[in-house]
Amino acid sequence: MTAMEFIEGPVWYAASAIFVLGIAWRIAAIFMIGRARDLSVSRRSPIVGAAKAVLLHSVPHGGNLGRTVYHFVTGYLFHIGLFALLLFAAPHVAFINAGIVALPWPAMPHWAFIIAAEAAFAGLILLYVRRLTDPVTRQLSDVDDHVGVWLTFVAMLTGCLALQEAHAGLRMLHMLSVEALMIYFPFSRLTHAFTFLLARVNTGAALGRRGFTP
Amino acid sequence: MTSAASAIADAPARSINVQAAVDKFNALTNAHIASYLDACVHCGQCAQACHFHEVTRDPRRVPAMKLAPITKVYRRHKAPFAGLRRTLGLAPELSRKDLEEWEELIFDSCTMCGRCTVVCPMAIDIASVVALSRQAFVAAGLGPPDLLQAADNARDRGSPLGVTREVLKDRVEWLADEHETEIRLDKPKADVLLLISSIELMKYPRSVVAMAKLLNHAGVDWTLSSRGYESTNFGFLAGKPDVARTLIARITEAAEALGARTVIVPECGHAFGVLRWSGANILGRPLPYEVRHITEFLAQHKRDGRLRFKPIDTSMTYHDPCQISRRGGATADARYLLDGVASDFREMTPTGNYNWCCGGGGGVQALGRAAEVRHEVFRIKMRQVSETGAAMMVSACSNCRLTMDESKAALGWDGELESLVELLAVHLDDTASSAPRPAR
Repeated sequence: MTAMEFIEGPVWYAASAIFVLGIAWRIAAIFMIGRARDLSVSRRSPIVGAAKAVLLHSVPHGGNLGRTVYHFVTGYLFHIGLFALLLFAAPHVAFINAGIVALPWPAMPHWAFIIAAEAAFAGLILLYVRRLTDPVTRQLSDVDDHVGVWLTFVAMLTGCLALQEAHAGLRMLHMLSVEALMIYFPFSRLTHAFTFLLARVNTGAALGRRGFTP
Repeated sequence: MTSAASAIADAPARSINVQAAVDKFNALTNAHIASYLDACVHCGQCAQACHFHEVTRDPRRVPAMKLAPITKVYRRHKAPFAGLRRTLGLAPELSRKDLEEWEELIFDSCTMCGRCTVVCPMAIDIASVVALSRQAFVAAGLGPPDLLQAADNARDRGSPLGVTREVLKDRVEWLADEHETEIRLDKPKADVLLLISSIELMKYPRSVVAMAKLLNHAGVDWTLSSRGYESTNFGFLAGKPDVARTLIARITEAAEALGARTVIVPECGHAFGVLRWSGANILGRPLPYEVRHITEFLAQHKRDGRLRFKPIDTSMTYHDPCQISRRGGATADARYLLDGVASDFREMTPTGNYNWCCGGGGGVQALGRAAEVRHEVFRIKMRQVSETGAAMMVSACSNCRLTMDESKAALGWDGELESLVELLAVHLDDTASSAPRPAR
């Protein structure tokens, strides 16, 4: 077995298992903590409140756009760019089609890859600059915040370097960095990619039933 | 160092039971709270919505910072992979130093107004986490002495300001005579139990008279009860759940004895929030009555045609108490009451559910050491009112009113502050007849 076969074989399957099972456990464990039923008489539907919170908190609202425009723009640049790369980059589509499931969509053209990569890098770098320079985010940040950013950055960077598939080593480096990210993911704050939904639904239901979804 | 931090640092050495705080944090962390602690990405956007950060620019006075003590306990004890983190030494235990350093943030720097939730991309309800955190700090033996004393006064003497049953009877008798208004106390049976806040009775007694006048005019079958009269719940604000339960039980027993179907909370935001939305949960059973804020109740009677008001020419704006509007769901009622009454009504920006807090909610009003920062917060309100050009600011919370009155005096602001019920009572259209309900 070559090094590449090992990285794309056993290591990949191990990283995937840790990623999937880790996230599943992280979410299940939160549900398993449980909570008592709210005995107050609701004014409005908690289900509507939950749905509203999921949608409302995807964009600045309540007159706060001006105050949060930096995070809004850079956050969306990064996340849209990253997901576009993840799901539509030609090597990813080929990899998923070959080993996981046949995707019902085509790969994006090269020019779209460039735009998505630029958006993702710009967003991530600008968010990180903010984390390092703003007194509030500097105060709030811990090791996990920095490790998560750097692992993501390295995975994206090695992905761009491996795009042309000119050197097997670059592809190996990208696979390794992605696997490191997948293994780290469930134990870190990166799980906000899933838990954001829980938090929004919980607040939307709890406060929406009072009559206003914040 | 802020005056609050200095006061804490200068306080005599206290015995701190860290384990008690850890146990309490663990006991109070339910699935909702866990989802919040797992979702925060430390983006710091909540700072943009917090009045304490707005006026101090202190990077510690940020809502997300207040999640730190409970998060530390959660990650070590209850979070997924907590055992792994402990084994690897990645989840240190909460320390005495943590509790000492966070006390000011949890008690003095949060009014639990919930404005940060609006701006949070994860929608984390930090106010509810702060309320729980206070219980853990108090279990450890911490908490501001004046806030804790207010809770003990409420438990032992009937009210945080010492309004005992005797004082209540004396004040009600005096007010009824002075204002020639019938103020019903201890009727044996009534449809409606009216509560008062001791802030009103002692500092703004006209507010009690105004409520009596409006309810009498609307033909409501109501009474005050010396068995349960205090609406404020300093047990909740001070992190003393046993006191919170006692105070809710008193109101409930009084309402049950009267056969009251409705309990009206007067102009007090947190009193409404605690009884309406947490009362049943604290008591452990559904409340056997409906809870209405006075603005909700009066708005209903205006809709029914039982209350009519004469127009007021003075230009005015309305300050939304956070626990009645943003966290209470009754934002529209005050405006409905003012509709057609305030001839020149002007909204602040932002307003309604997004309004800035007065700076004194969540028990912060009771903290002498927080006065300085409260006054700074009031500058936001001064600016907001000034931008409307309104001559008068009206509100429906005596705690907001007291906070703003004190800051107004401290800063020499010449704007006019008014209570909504007092304003309505003065402008009641006496020519319109009410249709009284049959007496029970």
